[in-house]
Amino acid sequence: MKRMKGGEEGSDDSSCESPAEVCKKVRKQLSDDSEPEVAESLDCNWARLPQELLLHIFQYLPLLDRAYASQVCRGWNQAFHMPELWRCFEFELNQPASSYLKATHPDLIKQIIKRHSNHLQYVSFKVDSSTESAEAACDILSQLVNCSLKTLGLISTARPSFMEVPKSHFISALTVVFVNSKSLSSLKIDDTPVDDPSLKVLVANNSDTLKLLKMSSCPHVSPAGILCVADQCHGLRELALNYHLLSDELLLALSSEKHVHLEHLRIDVVSENPGQHFHTIKKSSWDAMMRHSPKFNLVMYFFLYEDEFGPFFNEEIPVTHLYFGRSVSKEVLGRVGLHCPRLVELVVCANGLRPLDEELIRIAKHCTQLSAIGLGECEVSCSAFVEFVKMCGRRLSQLSIMEEVLIPDHKYSLDEIHWEVSKHLGRVWFPDMMPTW
Amino acid sequence: MVVNTIHWFRKGLRLHDNPSLKDSIRGSDTLRCIYILDPWFAGSSNVGINRWRFLLQCLEDLDASLRKLNSRLFVIRGQPTDVFPRLFKEWQINRLSYEYDSEPFGKERDAAIQKLANEAGVEVMVRISHTLYNLDKIIELNGNQPPLTYKRFQAVINRMDAVEMPAETITFEVLKNCVTPISEDHDEKFGVPSLEELGFETEGLTTAVWPGGETEALMRLERHLERKAWVANFERPRMNANSLLASPTGLSPYLRFGCLSCRLFYFKLTDLYRKVKKNHTPPLSLYGQLLWREFFYTTATNNPCFDKMDGNPICVQIPWDRNPEALAKWAEGRTGFPWIDAIMTQLRQEGWIHHLARHGVACFLTRGDLWISWEEGMKVFEELLLDADWSVNAGSWMWLSCSSFFQQFFHCYCPVGFGRRTDPNGDYIRRYLPILRGFPAKYIYDPWNAPEEVQKAAKCIIGVHYPKPMVNHAEASRINIERMKQIYQQLSCYRGLGMDRICLTRGNSLNLEVIIIMIIISIQFIFFQLSNFHEGAGAHHPGQSSSVCCGALIIIIIMMMMMIILLSGFFLIK
Repeated sequence: MKRMKGGEEGSDDSSCESPAEVCKKVRKQLSDDSEPEVAESLDCNWARLPQELLLHIFQYLPLLDRAYASQVCRGWNQAFHMPELWRCFEFELNQPASSYLKATHPDLIKQIIKRHSNHLQYVSFKVDSSTESAEAACDILSQLVNCSLKTLGLISTARPSFMEVPKSHFISALTVVFVNSKSLSSLKIDDTPVDDPSLKVLVANNSDTLKLLKMSSCPHVSPAGILCVADQCHGLRELALNYHLLSDELLLALSSEKHVHLEHLRIDVVSENPGQHFHTIKKSSWDAMMRHSPKFNLVMYFFLYEDEFGPFFNEEIPVTHLYFGRSVSKEVLGRVGLHCPRLVELVVCANGLRPLDEELIRIAKHCTQLSAIGLGECEVSCSAFVEFVKMCGRRLSQLSIMEEVLIPDHKYSLDEIHWEVSKHLGRVWFPDMMPTW
Repeated sequence: MVVNTIHWFRKGLRLHDNPSLKDSIRGSDTLRCIYILDPWFAGSSNVGINRWRFLLQCLEDLDASLRKLNSRLFVIRGQPTDVFPRLFKEWQINRLSYEYDSEPFGKERDAAIQKLANEAGVEVMVRISHTLYNLDKIIELNGNQPPLTYKRFQAVINRMDAVEMPAETITFEVLKNCVTPISEDHDEKFGVPSLEELGFETEGLTTAVWPGGETEALMRLERHLERKAWVANFERPRMNANSLLASPTGLSPYLRFGCLSCRLFYFKLTDLYRKVKKNHTPPLSLYGQLLWREFFYTTATNNPCFDKMDGNPICVQIPWDRNPEALAKWAEGRTGFPWIDAIMTQLRQEGWIHHLARHGVACFLTRGDLWISWEEGMKVFEELLLDADWSVNAGSWMWLSCSSFFQQFFHCYCPVGFGRRTDPNGDYIRRYLPILRGFPAKYIYDPWNAPEEVQKAAKCIIGVHYPKPMVNHAEASRINIERMKQIYQQLSCYRGLGMDRICLTRGNSLNLEVIIIMIIISIQFIFFQLSNFHEGAGAHHPGQSSSVCCGALIIIIIMMMMMIILLSGFFLIK
């Protein structure tokens, strides 16, 4: 790339003339005017950089630097407002009383809504735990009348503040986007008060384009509401919801012929009160899912009390990623070993003080795809652990065991075990440690 | 020429293994050991009464030990930059010694004092004795970066030279002819102040569970080693209900204030291990406590922003919640979770809690339940915890809140379950929260679940006599796991558990397929070219064809090597 004096070193911008040619043109113009001062001509060059070049350069700059650049001259200010630079935006809405992080400046927000709302395509809102931030997000949403969004994410970075916004305010704001966008492909509305009627509006306008829907912990949605989405949106590839929304009908709808292959299904099983009862899903529904989408990932997060696992793992279930956020009993882990042949990743936060030796070995035997395991407050004897690693072999790419989990026995002490395990894994391995002081 | 020496005690409050003091005595005529009570620097307002009491007891002990050597401790109030020029002049000082302080503002303060000393023509002697190793050497050995994982740190330590032996204890023989000029009014001018003099309310203060001082430290060391020898087991002891209580062989506060030399502890442990295990080489895990301390000192020494999130290059920027009310409930033990409240009560009363208890409360405050910044927790610990110094405290909080050091965040301590598993009977709770004494073991960890009759029988109604739980743990932990995921998913280098890593694995396999296709195509291309060469060459000279073949072979080899480099490049990234 030829270096030029007074011109920006252009990168490979295939869509426009090469910078050398551009500068030649500008210099020709100047020589026609026969400017004696070289310094002045340098200034003119900067201002007359073509817009395409400016756009390309601006795309590399963070927003703040771009804003500074836009103050330099009218040409650069125009480039700053080109639509291509305003496709993606993340609104950060924080209050100083409830967050350490800075918020997007309100003037910037006003400007975006005024000049760029019809350029926006990929939008997300990050709000802190104050209700004002969530309400501000809803206000902005209601003003996005001219947008045709492709992606929308409503993300609460601390406590779910969207739940504290009056439901009607939230729903009307969200409906504005659903009705006007008509080409939404990705929607993240976890922890929001979205309800069945608004889902119907979503489906009515975006059923052809919707590919990803994340709506965990939306308490106002019923199984019928989500069923409506599954029935109409045949392009849906990724879905995240709570267990109470999962039903046999939903699984069958997702495995109907018209539906594309599902890639990712995430289910959160959360207990509101101790002793809660959960419904069961028939094995036939899971089989239908498997027949339709043999490669799909089923991710399940369990946040239950130990005695609430009754309805689960009694029959074969195609779960691939399993996460137990609270204590889970030995018996349940035994059932997991028997009934989860597709298991790829297993995380157990806590178990109790009885060793999980047999359960682990059973998992190693039956779950032949297992490649990642994490154990928190559990107990496993060292010999059983070495046996487990031997059986799994090198397919274990992630082995996160807290140091306290391993109980030394007559065969191995804590210092010897990491060599044994490293040998079988084919790489150096140590248990996870926590600071002691 | 008369040599007048000042030894400046900051940490390192001991006479054993004090090389800077020992070296400065040699050739000195007079010696004055001082401690500067810097009202602004020494922790300022954020130091609780237990920490002050411990410090004052350490100073008393030092004074007593020095008295036996016909010397005294001089406690001086003020800031070092004001105090030293005055002392240099008044006492005609030409030598100053102190133990090296590796912490960033310690280094800054010492640099200012060095400058003052140089201007006054005072020789400065500094020695390393607060850490096992020279931390700068560790950093150098790791490519001029402090190791950011404990495993890496251990690997670097293995390559370091042996730890230096502790220096000789200061005795009459060491002092020889060195004297300390003591005035009549020494106690008034330079005596160790009492808690009351510093402005503390001492009415109702119970006796210290952890008495300060070098004498106490050395006694505890002996007991600690005795217990280890008796058990003949150097494994980490299993956690049980007793571990939670203050142990008479606990050493961490003494290591922090320097009443006990870490090098002495290190060597005594090594000797004992060799004796009991018949000359086996001790494993690194034997020195766990010391090495963690060393690790955090190393990571912190060149990072003045180590105790903050903002501007700290090794800290993940996490959108913590600002919630002073919730923070106060946690700090004062009013969360409604007996396990958490008992731990915070023990901390406030005694100044020490077991390290697993620390994990439990730290997790609860940050990534587990309250989602409050670790900086706030760190400040509370700084006030209350006897063995919390700047580097270790900040480092541990960052670790426990998964803000750094590449931690796996999935493991969340349950404020009910964890306590129940550790101490099923609940005696620890009853000891520190007497209001809950009447609850049976079944309900003592979650008293809000106890039926009304049980609460009435225990004379403690939840919501009236003891607070209701301030969060729903299942809900809070579920939300927080999600938040952590959001943050870590943006860190492309991170590959943690619970991440639903389908995108990552898909990407990798694609790369592999591309490489394989490339190889196949290029091999076909080479063979095609080879066959062309062969045909063309064969038509002219039989001799020439072989050299052409050689040329083609060389090209093949070069291309193979390039492919191998490419392949290894991809796998390294993996």
